[in-house]
Amino acid sequence: MSQPDAPAALAATPAVSAAGIHKRFGSTRALHGVDLSLYPGRCLGLVGRNGAGKSTMVSILSGITAADEGEVLFDGQPAPSLGDIAAWRRRIATVFQHSMVVPGLTVAENVFLGRQPRRGPGVVDWRRMREQTRQVMTEWGFDVDADAPCASLTVEQRQVVEITRALAAGTRCLLLDEPTAALERGAVQRLFDRIRQLRAAGVAILYISHHLEEVFEICTEVAVLRDGELVLAAPLAEVTKDGMVAAMVGEVKKDHYPERPGAAPPPEVPAAPAGRRRTVPPDLVVSGVSLTSPGVSLYGVSMTVRGGERVGITGLRGSGATTLARVVAGAAVPSAGQVRLSYPGGSDRVLRPGDRAGALRAGIGYIPEDRQAEGFVPLLGAAENIAMTITARISRGGLISPRRREERAAPLARRLSLVATGLGQPVRELSGGNQQKVTVARALASDPALIVAITPTRGVDVASKELLLAELDRITRQTGASLLLASDELDDLTICDRVLVLVRGEIFTEFTEPPYDREALIAATEGLGAT
Amino acid sequence: MSETKDNLAGMAADVGPASARGRSRSAAAVSWLREAALLPVLAVLIVVGAILNPHFLTVPNMTGIGQEFSSLGVVVVGESLILLIGGMDLSLEATYGLAPMVAAWLIVPASAFGNGMMLNPYIGILIVLAVGAAVGLINGLLIVKGRLNGFIVTLGMTILLAGIQDGIVKGQAPYNLPNAFGYLGSANIGAIPVSLIVAAAIFVVVGLFLRYHRTGRAIYAIGGNRPAARAAGIKVNRVRMGVYVAGSMLAAVGGLMETGRVSEVAATQGYGEGLIFAVFAAAVIGGVSLQGGKGNMVGAASGVILLGLVQNLLDLENAPNYWIDAIDGTVILFALVLARLIGGEASAE
Repeated sequence: MSQPDAPAALAATPAVSAAGIHKRFGSTRALHGVDLSLYPGRCLGLVGRNGAGKSTMVSILSGITAADEGEVLFDGQPAPSLGDIAAWRRRIATVFQHSMVVPGLTVAENVFLGRQPRRGPGVVDWRRMREQTRQVMTEWGFDVDADAPCASLTVEQRQVVEITRALAAGTRCLLLDEPTAALERGAVQRLFDRIRQLRAAGVAILYISHHLEEVFEICTEVAVLRDGELVLAAPLAEVTKDGMVAAMVGEVKKDHYPERPGAAPPPEVPAAPAGRRRTVPPDLVVSGVSLTSPGVSLYGVSMTVRGGERVGITGLRGSGATTLARVVAGAAVPSAGQVRLSYPGGSDRVLRPGDRAGALRAGIGYIPEDRQAEGFVPLLGAAENIAMTITARISRGGLISPRRREERAAPLARRLSLVATGLGQPVRELSGGNQQKVTVARALASDPALIVAITPTRGVDVASKELLLAELDRITRQTGASLLLASDELDDLTICDRVLVLVRGEIFTEFTEPPYDREALIAATEGLGAT
Repeated sequence: MSETKDNLAGMAADVGPASARGRSRSAAAVSWLREAALLPVLAVLIVVGAILNPHFLTVPNMTGIGQEFSSLGVVVVGESLILLIGGMDLSLEATYGLAPMVAAWLIVPASAFGNGMMLNPYIGILIVLAVGAAVGLINGLLIVKGRLNGFIVTLGMTILLAGIQDGIVKGQAPYNLPNAFGYLGSANIGAIPVSLIVAAAIFVVVGLFLRYHRTGRAIYAIGGNRPAARAAGIKVNRVRMGVYVAGSMLAAVGGLMETGRVSEVAATQGYGEGLIFAVFAAAVIGGVSLQGGKGNMVGAASGVILLGLVQNLLDLENAPNYWIDAIDGTVILFALVLARLIGGEASAE
């Protein structure tokens, strides 16, 4: 059906066209000469891996950030100036992942937020506001009560409110940013019905998603971003799943795959100073862990990490991979299930849910996902942050000598090549990569039997990334510590002995043969065939 | 090979123990300078005071200021601990009044507005501490376990406690306190008031505790970034509870000092005199951040001394009674701006 349509649509003016968009953030090239066109009645899927530039594209198209170069046209007209939010909203409306409705106001108030119909100066015409809301809802076949407070609505209904808000303002171009991330399956299908209906009425839709199967279900064409460049733009009928994955991943950069360190000459393994591993580390046994929270759920996940094994877990955002690691570290409380350590002698230790201090005592080191939020105390020095996990061990009668603290922190700092003016330098003055090294060092300081690492190389430069991975690899080898590594960075997973893939809160498949096939892994995270 | 690599890395990082120690010493010197930022201001104030009034820079006047402001100082220590951990406690002023009031009410005879139990004064001192601990525990439970907002919890608590303080004595002021009970606030050792010695000791001990004790360091970590402290295995809620209790107990001790100094417990002691404003002013002038995780005892002490000197000068100069609050307020605002200008915000201490 899209075939005969195509020539006519191409002749028409695109609802949105972006040409030659460049955007840099400091030294990072976010977008590099991207051209996009979106036609009325079409749905364009915009896909790409994390960091490919999707979010930047969204914020440029919605008038939140200015492009460094290039121009955006709406119906052939130049885009409004950046500050004129109201004018942008009449052109294009963005439905963000996180709901932008005001929970304390009613549906009608949210639909007319900032442009309420008035009678007289400053007096809101409530009756007209409700009537118009109902009218738009009926017109589009939506069914949400105009008088309901938005706080009482489901995620799906809030999305409907946001779409209605756009339509009521006369916007005929919608930008949906991962709209299904927080929806359950039924709601996803209803959303797709709505999108088809909008498309039929000539609304242009830009659909951003991590889930390729959704793109194939609902979009008419697709654009793939990789490292800030548009690498593929085609009608969907001309693209295969494999082709799309290949475009997202690009050619595999061989040098980013260090040879499996096992193959390298085993360096100074036995009597290494840090590695005074007393006994064989315990097995980690996770059984039936469930958890429900907005956006992420786990459904009865069970897994085991044997003593000394390095296990990766991966999945898309919202798949539960990170959450599972947080549960093991005692940083998240599951609603059901158990995490226990099983010692070689046959004794077991059940960890108290959500007890981070207890998990630390049991020998679980933790590298949290978001270093800014959980990784360090910005005003305190590097040494103090690194030694924060071992204050009990290095204090005498409760007192800690700053020198003793630095003596403990210095070897780790050196090992990770921490660059600072001194170990007393407040961590907030360090670069992002060095902050991450402090976070990693803090976890390693406690000489853990199991290291739980979540995206341990996120946001660090390539050199630091390789160093951190090499050190994690070396330390687990030297000390015999186990590793549970949750990451969506496939490079991180190369140090793992096996990799579990989570999809929508359940273990989808497992990869056990170390040189992992990049495309197979990505396809698995998308929930596509385990073959 | 890896040996060389480590060495190179070590040089690049420049964080070997030896150099780190040297650097941290110079860093400590810098941070000490910043702590002492208010000292020049205090010096100027003393010089100006000495010129303005011949009685200002005399031993009796200085010890008098010491005695008068020791009680405030002890409360400031308590509030600073709570601010450092990222909290806020408005009810310290009410604890400062209620704790000695309950004790005095139980130990003085009915003729001096007691309830007639006439308990031993030493038990009275224990009661002061117990009331402080109990108030802190309730605040802590509501804020830490109940996850209620600290501002509003302690605001409500202030009014409740002040009401009890007024209620049990029907607005009267118990007097005729036994010597043992008033000793802390009224006695001298040589020329120096006991309250000043005790307050100074509390500043020093708490200052060292914050700097060297693992719980003291945990307070900075929690105030600086609570989720990070939790992820590092610090028992965040236990420490927070402890700090609320300690802060309230310090407020109670401050109240006991004031009671000894004036030899009675006025129904207005604490809440009725609006003490909490001076407490916050001293802490913040002294560089204790309202956001938590930043500040120290040297600063807090400077803040108290600054307020004390200014107040004393205004008294000596017979500042017009009706205007004294306005002058006071101006001085506090001025000192805040000054502290902000000198203070900077480079590190936690």
